[in-house]
Amino acid sequence: MSVTETIVEPPPPQARGWSRARILGYALVGLWIIFGLGIVAYLVSAWNTDFFFRYAPAYLQGLGTTLSLVVVSMIAGAILSLPVTYGRMSKNGILSGLAYCYVYFFRGTPLLVQVYLVYYGVGSFRVELESVGLWWFFRDAFNCGVFAFALNTAAYQAEILRGAIESVPRGQWEGAASLGLHKLLTLRKVILPQALVVALRPYGNELVLMIKASAIVAIITVYDLMGNAKLAYAKSFDFQAYIWVAIVYLVMVEILRNGVEWIERRITVHLKR
Amino acid sequence: MPGPTIWTLLSWGPDGWSDDIAYGALVTIALALATLPFGLVIGFFVAFAKQQEEPSLRLAANIYTTVFRGLPELVTLFLFFFGMPLLLQHVIRWFNPDATIDVNSFIAGMIVLSLIFSSYASEVFLSAFRAIPKGQYEGGYAIGLSKWQTMRKVILPQLVRIAFPGLENCWLILLKDTSLVSVVNLAETLRNAGVAARVTKHSFLFYSLAALVFLVLAILSSIATGFIVRSLARKGATR
Repeated sequence: MSVTETIVEPPPPQARGWSRARILGYALVGLWIIFGLGIVAYLVSAWNTDFFFRYAPAYLQGLGTTLSLVVVSMIAGAILSLPVTYGRMSKNGILSGLAYCYVYFFRGTPLLVQVYLVYYGVGSFRVELESVGLWWFFRDAFNCGVFAFALNTAAYQAEILRGAIESVPRGQWEGAASLGLHKLLTLRKVILPQALVVALRPYGNELVLMIKASAIVAIITVYDLMGNAKLAYAKSFDFQAYIWVAIVYLVMVEILRNGVEWIERRITVHLKR
Repeated sequence: MPGPTIWTLLSWGPDGWSDDIAYGALVTIALALATLPFGLVIGFFVAFAKQQEEPSLRLAANIYTTVFRGLPELVTLFLFFFGMPLLLQHVIRWFNPDATIDVNSFIAGMIVLSLIFSSYASEVFLSAFRAIPKGQYEGGYAIGLSKWQTMRKVILPQLVRIAFPGLENCWLILLKDTSLVSVVNLAETLRNAGVAARVTKHSFLFYSLAALVFLVLAILSSIATGFIVRSLARKGATR
């Protein structure tokens, strides 16, 4: 019998059975299952063919409004974020100060306040707007929503873009300069391809946040997904109106989140070691 | 007769609205501060559950964050504000057939904001947990500390330092999200500013004032968190 055999004992077998963590875990998962079954049971018991067929088209149309609001303001915000990013990164004190104030204001105040400021606040200057010929734009609640959302997301997107560009090491700029590329070309051919890989996830998060935030426009009488749910609840006093809308939002957000993750996995294949 | 000037509207007293908006700002702060401890504790335990080896605990925690991060804040708020009385009524009718329930909007706001805040904070705590090397736990066990003592004396002090910047971000989001509770008639900053705007027809003025209140709150928070960061750094190990 060798010495090691007597001293080194085999590790104790993995604890099987019911540890405290497992009991708690099963109880919590059980709670979630009961909760989910409760919602399904509620939806089945409250099933109302009339309700469904009356409001399902409205929900679909609301979904279209929500998506178009988000897409239009995301694109407008992306365009608007370019000068803001430029300002944030410029060495000119006035320019960077202005851009900083812009970003600070839109990130520091609630989106709901910004939406109210545009819809009710700007809307109260009706005479002035009419004389400039912009009243037709601000008369429509949807346009006001897009306007506020675009300004808001521009501030966030500017920060995303700035962070991504700054994450590219300085040597990349210097290397490109030593090859004789001018600045704009360097940015386009060298910096942005690397920066956008970094920026993809924050951009995806921003898109998800925008979809979630877009429910706010229901308050300023836009009939988006949430707006139609509010309308359905006000007309029918049937609580399932809100449960359906919650399910739609949850599914939408999950699809997007997983889609962004999938894209990220695809475009970072060459970076995996 | 010319209407009251802007300065009268902004004065403190029966003619002005500053006192109403200041009161609203207090409600905003109270709501955020009342939410914070619940959100932090729930968020910590959700992150802790995600760290466990037991798959069922991880699953339960993942469902929690998926649901409350995936739902729009406004939808969660409406679900609770309109759904909770229905549910409670069902339960209470078993005992007392003619009881009616009214949900306080402050409480409903607190619950909903705690759920949302905790699901965001849990992500911050989780990444902080992952930043702490395993050796710290093993070192704690090796000198004879119990699991709980290791957590309290070794892990938590480091965890707080790592998680703090992320938690500050969550706090700013919470502060902004309180404005949503104005939709269910809680008399906070935005609600009172809205009332003032409707009565006086000076919408731009009063909504700007509300924005200013939120900006000042954000600036005050970053000053306060600056103090905390510095005191944490002073107490921390110097290397």
